[in-house]
Amino acid sequence: MPTHHQGSPGQPSCEVKLPQRQENAPRLTEASAVPGPQLAGARAVVAARTYADFTQQATFDIKKCDVHKLEEGPPLTSTLTREDGLKYYRTMQTMRRMELKADQLYKQKIIRGFCHLYDGQEACAVGIEAGINLTDHLITAYRAHGYTLTRGGTVREIMAELTGRRGGIAKGKGGSMHMYAKNFYGGNGIVGAQGQIFETYNMASLWKLPCIFICENNKYGMGTSVERAAASTDYYKRGDFIPGLRVDGMDVLCVKEATKFAADFCRSGKGPILMELQTYRYHGHSMSDPGVSYRTREEIQEVRSKSDPISMLKDRMLNNNMASVEELKEIDIEVRKEIEDAAQFATTDPEPPLEDLCNHIFYNEPPMDVRGTNPWSKLKSMS
Amino acid sequence: MAALRCFLRSGKNAVAAGLRREIHQTAPASLQVTVRDALNQAMDEELERDDRVFLLGEEVAQYDGAYKVSRGLWKKYGDKRIIDTPITEMGFAGIAVGSAMAGLRPICEFMTFNFSMQAIDQVINSAAKTYYMSAGLQSVPIVFRGPNGASAGVAAQHSQCFAAWYGHCPGLKVVSPWNSEDARGLLKSAIRDDNPVVFLENELMYGVPFELSEEAQSKDFTVPIGKAKIERQGNHITLVSHSRMVGHCLDAAAVLAKEGIECEVINLRTIRPMDIETIEASVIKTNHLVTVEGGWPQFGVGAEICARIMEGPAFNYLDAPAVRVTGVDIPMPYAKILEDHSVPQIKDIMFSVKKTLNV
Repeated sequence: MPTHHQGSPGQPSCEVKLPQRQENAPRLTEASAVPGPQLAGARAVVAARTYADFTQQATFDIKKCDVHKLEEGPPLTSTLTREDGLKYYRTMQTMRRMELKADQLYKQKIIRGFCHLYDGQEACAVGIEAGINLTDHLITAYRAHGYTLTRGGTVREIMAELTGRRGGIAKGKGGSMHMYAKNFYGGNGIVGAQGQIFETYNMASLWKLPCIFICENNKYGMGTSVERAAASTDYYKRGDFIPGLRVDGMDVLCVKEATKFAADFCRSGKGPILMELQTYRYHGHSMSDPGVSYRTREEIQEVRSKSDPISMLKDRMLNNNMASVEELKEIDIEVRKEIEDAAQFATTDPEPPLEDLCNHIFYNEPPMDVRGTNPWSKLKSMS
Repeated sequence: MAALRCFLRSGKNAVAAGLRREIHQTAPASLQVTVRDALNQAMDEELERDDRVFLLGEEVAQYDGAYKVSRGLWKKYGDKRIIDTPITEMGFAGIAVGSAMAGLRPICEFMTFNFSMQAIDQVINSAAKTYYMSAGLQSVPIVFRGPNGASAGVAAQHSQCFAAWYGHCPGLKVVSPWNSEDARGLLKSAIRDDNPVVFLENELMYGVPFELSEEAQSKDFTVPIGKAKIERQGNHITLVSHSRMVGHCLDAAAVLAKEGIECEVINLRTIRPMDIETIEASVIKTNHLVTVEGGWPQFGVGAEICARIMEGPAFNYLDAPAVRVTGVDIPMPYAKILEDHSVPQIKDIMFSVKKTLNV
């Protein structure tokens, strides 16, 4: 009988006290694993060990979610296959490295304008996607690079969009905040619709719309802490008549189970549900915000060392013999290479052609003339 | 020195313009002040002058302002006069309007005017129209301020110019400063004005220094709302512009002067009420008109100027149709090459001048 990996105790409060990963977890004994064929998630072949040596699946304790207007919440354990674990690890690592590369390119002025980075919050995007299908619909605000990736965008397309090249996911015309994919509605620059969220809660509840409202609570709105901005920081309760969950947003398994629970709730016709993911962003609000005038470096460092989502998953997998150090290192190397390749593409791909300037104003329309900067400048617009 | 001033004047997109014709005598006690500092000092002085004045908006207090325009003010005036709001424009704009109705004199900052669309009902229906709807009973002495128009690389949702939208509405005063003197004097006037004023700044101009005369530095220096300024005299053609494009016009004028074309450059300063008389007088003198703006052409500031010229005495003095130089009629693209081609460049102004003059 495999023993269970102990989760971490304690509830997060208003101060930044995110749950910490277990330093010395008991090792799982060999589970009754079926030696699988080549696993999709682990392309690296490690000479020293065969797949049969690894634990194929393990069940982990996860933090209990606080619930609002719900009889019961998501399960207290999550079963992770080796394949999924490697997949989540790779995706989160890709996301992390991609954002750090964007930081670099921004400082070199190759990326311009606004750039809101997602590092620290990887477990949210990856956990959410693990709990839904690509046929479901997703929309988010400006901190959108992570979701663009999980929703099917490639790193090349995302980076080329950041550098404003024709190979970008929006052909260079959108930029950081305006990336789209099938069933992914962006990337949106204007928020500040506190009133509108309540209007939406009302209609979604009235009409029993299958909608999961997700608050990525990273403790700060730009430079203002949640305590200075919200009369109640229990965001998961703010749906009032809408049931809610408060979830450990640094644990990809917790996010996944909560999302599955929420998705099942919606799909069963019960109406909308609210999920508050407690998470943290390492960078400032955007690249023009150093992020240390309203929070301390110690706070950032503490989250990094004790609650990092990638480290948490990595430790779980290593401590339970679900992967080897070499294997994960191999994934790291592949990810680094993928990012380098994407950055290379993003910096060498040409900018969009001038002919594209006026295209995409209207959909499904015949070509039309567009006024340029002066009356003698007649430009062409194609749908 | 003059070339340096030209570069500074037009901010990031500088043309190596030739020397300006007039030799500028620096007055003894004049200072170089950036637009940002001019705005900051204007607010500081008005906060000190009148207890009822206060500033609210996102990040205006403890963060010192998203663009640092309100730097130091919270430290000096405290929580009651400089107020950080949650990210909730409709809400705090409404609170600001209510406070103005009740007797305070709020300065409501929108981080950019793109975000004012979240609150536009409060600006128009609660602020602009109320004095009229109440037949003179209830005034709304409020200033809505923030950066307007295109910046650099901020893409479609953050680059719109709202001069035309707000300039459309009776009951609102709409002001669009270009340099530090404009910024300082117009903001002081706006704060002292008993009517709702939309104050359109420009992010790319914040860091640009301009000379402030000793007179302009005085605590009671104001620039009247509703009066345009002739920045450069000329006989051949009138260029009318507002905000950052004024600098572009002056740079174009400097280059054209070398070719013997003398442009008269008018800085509108106020969009509403528009000083059409100054434009008319100029057109009557030069017989040619080109308007220049960053915003879109349809129903824009230039469109209004041309319409009024048609309807007024200056029409008979036009030797050629009046022409508008505007932003391209598309949402702002992100890629640099596309963005550069979406806003008027100095060469576009020069091209339009020459076409109008048929040279």
